[in-house]
Amino acid sequence: MTAPVLRADSPQRCDRVAGPGRMAVRAFQSWLVNYRRTWRGTIYSSVLMPVLYLGAMGLGLGTLVNQHGTASLGRVSYLVFLAPGLMAATAMQTAVGESLYPVFSAVKWQQTYQAAAATPLKPGDIFRGHLLFTTMRLTMNMIIFLAIMSVFGAVRSAWVVAAVPVAILTGLAFATPLDAFAVSQKKNDQAFNMIFRFGMIPLFLFSGTFFPVTQLPAWIRPLAYATPLWHGVALCRALSLGTADLAGALGHVAYLAVVAGLGLVAGERSYRRRLHV
Amino acid sequence: MGCPLGVPNYPAGPVNHFELSQALGKVTDVPDPDALIRASGLTKRFGQFTAVDGIDFELRRGEAFGFLGPNGAGKSSTMRMIGCVSPPTGGELTILGLDPVTQGAAIRARLGVVPQEDTLDVELTVRENLLVYGRYFGLSRQVIAERTARLLEFVQLSERANDHVEPLSGGMKRRLTIARSLINEPEILILDEPTTGLDPQARHVVWDRLFRLKQQGVTLILTTHYMDEAEQLCDRLVVMDGGKIAAEGSPRELIDTYSSREVLELRFSTFEHDQAVEKLTAVPADRIEVLADRVLLYVDDGDAAMAGVRGLALEPLTSLVRRSTLEDVFLRLTGRRLEDG
Repeated sequence: MTAPVLRADSPQRCDRVAGPGRMAVRAFQSWLVNYRRTWRGTIYSSVLMPVLYLGAMGLGLGTLVNQHGTASLGRVSYLVFLAPGLMAATAMQTAVGESLYPVFSAVKWQQTYQAAAATPLKPGDIFRGHLLFTTMRLTMNMIIFLAIMSVFGAVRSAWVVAAVPVAILTGLAFATPLDAFAVSQKKNDQAFNMIFRFGMIPLFLFSGTFFPVTQLPAWIRPLAYATPLWHGVALCRALSLGTADLAGALGHVAYLAVVAGLGLVAGERSYRRRLHV
Repeated sequence: MGCPLGVPNYPAGPVNHFELSQALGKVTDVPDPDALIRASGLTKRFGQFTAVDGIDFELRRGEAFGFLGPNGAGKSSTMRMIGCVSPPTGGELTILGLDPVTQGAAIRARLGVVPQEDTLDVELTVRENLLVYGRYFGLSRQVIAERTARLLEFVQLSERANDHVEPLSGGMKRRLTIARSLINEPEILILDEPTTGLDPQARHVVWDRLFRLKQQGVTLILTTHYMDEAEQLCDRLVVMDGGKIAAEGSPRELIDTYSSREVLELRFSTFEHDQAVEKLTAVPADRIEVLADRVLLYVDDGDAAMAGVRGLALEPLTSLVRRSTLEDVFLRLTGRRLEDG
């Protein structure tokens, strides 16, 4: 007869339900265990993508742009103009990549969310645990981006260091609503392609990353100003160039924080509705 | 640090509290103050659809309690309410003396759940699955490692500890899910269709493990649409159909109450079937059940009944005398077979 698998004395029983912060960390750890297997590949792409973009667009295309005159770029080279914008856009891409498919997979394909929901974790803990992981990935990618940007000589001010948290916040302004959306998808991932095609790609191209929004027709500009990415791009760029002013910076941060906050509320709700049916 | 949950008491040995209460002549209708789960008028609605329609039951410490019924009977909805991942729409539900709506996390901390789908992380190893799950309960890595060794040995997966989950067989995944559900040393183990989708051999291995848990005094609550599973594992069960409880008792009690001692199963050729059914009414039986492909005669003595059938000059293609099962109970109570759903 084998020994009983359950014992009467259970030393850690009391720690099972903790405050929301610690519960979210428990959920975060599950993503970390998974990431241990895949981190190398993600580092390669985190390094490669900025190098390719800054090389091809910043240096390559940049020589043509610079010959044409840089007045509309704020009298800096195209590389210097592009790099901080690309930083914010990369944050958006990282957030989208960590939000849609990983969340849908956890709730639909693998149902690891349902497994977690059977434990002391509440749906909100599971949501915030994933956001912690997204924040970690954003932090890693933004630090890598800043390092590469510096190597390219695309930095004009030490304030660029502050662009890292701004870019992270930009990413979270996408991650929170997209998490909320992804977890609510019942049948399949079809909607994600629409988000990529009609959401992410237009934002990437027209939010001031590659050219100033002032180059857009006047009637379409308000649309660009309404997107979180434009605020991230504008503030990262101002910080990198050393032209940021306090009021403008606070305005951008406030806008991004409101969007991220609304996503936080939406996510709390949609995680609960999906996992506690 | 104080312990907000209180210290639970595991029974010291394989004490079967249900048998104990039976021996003491306790009447089942009286509310048991020691009940781990108490439900009364428990209801779950999804929009206009009523999945669970006002059911009452109690789970006592140390017993194995089953919900037997076809697919769509409301078993899984009931399990999800007990698992505190589905707020009841109506009625009362108390688990471990706590309210599942306001104290769900504290209750879930003391439950083990084996869901219908394995919900394992197939990209991780066997060991990593237990690590991740144990961390959800706030267990230290050291405690998890120690329990993992014990649990994997129990479910006979020690050799696969460092293998990925993906290539494991269905039976192995199920056993891993059972091991995972025990990582927090739960007071109640909830199993939703524990062997659905497994081949017969794998089912028997799972049954054997669950039976051992039962012998160690673990309180089990399970759903199944297999009557043999219910007969093998459950001390007490309810037959569920259309969101309601149709009957309650031990497998033996249910069979004694709702069926005869023996059953004579007859199969006739298709063109003789209807004619034979008419003639068979002459055979003395408690009840005759006419299925699409068979006729069941509920009788005390199957061989005597068979002699009676021969006396009518009926020659069935096949005949079989067997004891009554829970399948017969279900047929009697609902007019349908379990597999029909």
